[in-house]
Amino acid sequence: MIQDCTWAIGGEAGFGINSAGFMLAKACSRNGYGIVGSNEYPSLIRGGHNFVSLRISAADIFAPKATVDILVALNKETVALHTKQLASNALVLYDPNDYEWKKEDVAGDVTLVAIPFSELVKKLQGDAVMRNTIALGATMMFLGKELSFLTAVIKDIFMKKGEEVIQENIKIATEGYTYAKSNFASIISHILAPGEIKDPKLIMNVCEAVGLGAIAGGMKFAAIYPMTPINALIPFFTDNAKKFNIVYKQPEDEIAGINMAVGASLAGARSMVATSGGGFALMVEAVSMTGIMEVPLVINLGMRPGPATGMPTWSEQAELRMAIHAGHGEFPRIVLAPGDVEEGYTLTKKAFDLADEFQIPVLILTDKYLNETQWQMSATVVKDMTQVASTTTVNAADLKETPPFKRYSVNTQTGVSVRSLPGMKSGEYIANSYEHEEDGFTTEDAGVRVAQVDKRLKKAQAILQKAFKPIVSGEDVADITFVSFGSLKGVIREAVTTLTKSGKSVKHIHFAWVYPMPIDIGTMLAKEKHLVCIEQNATGQLASVIKEATGITIKDVWRKYDGRQWTVEEIVNKLTVNS
Amino acid sequence: MEDIFTTQTKPTWCPGCGNFGIWMALKNAITKLAIPREQVVIVYGVGCHGNMRDWMHVYGVQGLHGRTIPLAQGIKLANSNLHVIVVSGDGDCLGEGGNHFIHAAKRNPNITVLVHNNEVYALTTGQASPTAEVGFLTKSTPAGVVDPPFNPSTLSILSGGTFAARGFAGDIVGLTDLIEKAISHKGFSVVDVLQPCVTFDKVHTYEWYRKRVQKVNITGEKLQDRVAAIEIARLWGDKIPIGVFFQTVLPTSEEREISLENGPLYLRPIPIAEVQQTVAQLK
Repeated sequence: MIQDCTWAIGGEAGFGINSAGFMLAKACSRNGYGIVGSNEYPSLIRGGHNFVSLRISAADIFAPKATVDILVALNKETVALHTKQLASNALVLYDPNDYEWKKEDVAGDVTLVAIPFSELVKKLQGDAVMRNTIALGATMMFLGKELSFLTAVIKDIFMKKGEEVIQENIKIATEGYTYAKSNFASIISHILAPGEIKDPKLIMNVCEAVGLGAIAGGMKFAAIYPMTPINALIPFFTDNAKKFNIVYKQPEDEIAGINMAVGASLAGARSMVATSGGGFALMVEAVSMTGIMEVPLVINLGMRPGPATGMPTWSEQAELRMAIHAGHGEFPRIVLAPGDVEEGYTLTKKAFDLADEFQIPVLILTDKYLNETQWQMSATVVKDMTQVASTTTVNAADLKETPPFKRYSVNTQTGVSVRSLPGMKSGEYIANSYEHEEDGFTTEDAGVRVAQVDKRLKKAQAILQKAFKPIVSGEDVADITFVSFGSLKGVIREAVTTLTKSGKSVKHIHFAWVYPMPIDIGTMLAKEKHLVCIEQNATGQLASVIKEATGITIKDVWRKYDGRQWTVEEIVNKLTVNS
Repeated sequence: MEDIFTTQTKPTWCPGCGNFGIWMALKNAITKLAIPREQVVIVYGVGCHGNMRDWMHVYGVQGLHGRTIPLAQGIKLANSNLHVIVVSGDGDCLGEGGNHFIHAAKRNPNITVLVHNNEVYALTTGQASPTAEVGFLTKSTPAGVVDPPFNPSTLSILSGGTFAARGFAGDIVGLTDLIEKAISHKGFSVVDVLQPCVTFDKVHTYEWYRKRVQKVNITGEKLQDRVAAIEIARLWGDKIPIGVFFQTVLPTSEEREISLENGPLYLRPIPIAEVQQTVAQLK
């Protein structure tokens, strides 16, 4: 029995590659297995080839694996393209009518499993696309699972399509299972140990987690111009617009998008935009406007390799500096970087409260890797839907004709002054992108200017009171301390586990609240013996932000900027080779 | 009638500036329509026109140069009860913000756009604007403008706008009527206002316009004819038509949002039960 297995399926677009991966992921997750599903290979390969891999484990997992244990090839190309990824003793399920593979065609000690997918589907008068279901049925046999494991999911997924479709799919899955059992029952190398996870899990990517967090955080308006890798957020909002009480608007460009969101926020609707680096570059002038107008806004910046159009479907963490500095003039902001789906949900929900509390822009940094990988999250995380009541909007009954409402009153402890919403009688003011007096009137007076800048920047102190410290895991005192932010959380977490098992002394400090750097970070890092900052960029942006905040120079900065996420294996090997 | 719109600030426009006439007509129109001032949001662009924010007592939003129209759409989507008016210039909404102007016309939000059209960038001391005529001498075109101008009216009609009118800042009574009609119109209404710049434009004076403007009175089916409207709106020269060129009723951007059926967006509750239901499907 094995604890961990990566299953993958490849074929042309339209072969049901994604839906097969989705069904298996759901089936495994419901039966107590950890899953991570990736599809990060398509743009590497010539047009139309789809490839999905699903890591399945008896326990919780936090990153994909580079190697494949069971490969389902719905065409010849799949085997040719992915043979190098095959683990030793991998199974390759292929249709002998596509191409008769020989042992020497594939690398390593691989078992070739010939299953006539097309013939079996034809025999049952099924559609050609249902070859994926034959493969799923057969997969159940090789994983040593009952077919019911899969059929329960088939029933749920096809419920809307009716009993006939359900039965047809079950019939075809059964055919695949039976064929495998009659011909390959002797293959027992990939039987999975029972799933150990007890609490119910949800399956989603970080885009969906951000979307869910936004709704739970009271978001009412989103303006998003499509851009990889935040596109999955759009159908999440549009499919549910009516029941979520929200408006999603597709603007003519990112500039319009952020200005619409600022307008909606001014009128009292919690608002957000989402984009990638190029789109964010267009938004920057309006980010600065939120600073002086003191308008709450949440910005999801999904990073991908730049500069300019760069490598649009790959991953990078090279926009931390941009997120911190974007916008002319000086004004406070918060930058958060979720490391997994749970943080995608909780930090986005929190971002809306923080934006409202401090009347500032809050940025949520995600990336292609997080946004387009399927992860698990405990269902209990979403149970907490408690809302923080806004204290920074004036009570309409408190507004009087005289004295006039001072929207930008400098008489505050935290720098935050209450705002009125258009429509409130006697609350009229000017939301002004020019420097302004306390009631919003334009000014160029030196004293007022200084007072207003000081008022806005005063928020930074109050913001730091809310900042949460990085998550520390691994040994208390370790020879090596990895430092990271955002999407490297899961990869390093697994690397730490592997290294600890092999006798290395390692720990991990992970930042989800990145900017402004929480107080006492310097003291915390100074205690560590040997810091190694791992980043998905070429210039070590996190290390430089840490140096700026603490004066501490992290000498070892491991950088990766080929568009491919750091893998657990790469980190383990690098440390092993270095020491 | 008492002017309820005055503020602590006195206007700083040049004496005789066309902006005075537009400001007066706008105040008249809001007063005649009896809209409470807290229900009015005016979004101002950057330019001489935008300085109106400091002497106009309503909810004011001073945006970035060129970005008035998306700001206004966001406000209207969040609270569709508000009367949202854009006070913009020819440079603001046809130069920097041209893309937003045509896309707003296409969407038909229920907002009103006043284009303070004086053919120059006056706040930056007199460069040519996108509506400047060929041959016009400005600081940025010492040998005369070479590129042909935009026409705000034809552009809005062609792009899908549902109300297009042209007025003259020197005709406050007529302009009041046009602005009143524009605000009352359900949909994207644009009033192109011919506005003399007394400081940087010695050609297009009040006198120059008075000799040329001619009121048109288009009614009935002809008012809903886009092609006929463009034919009239494009006329420029010895005779410049003013009046309402085009008006039709089509579903507005807000009406097309299913989530707004139950009232203004900003008041909608957080759908806790629906979120839990969505979450259940992710298992």
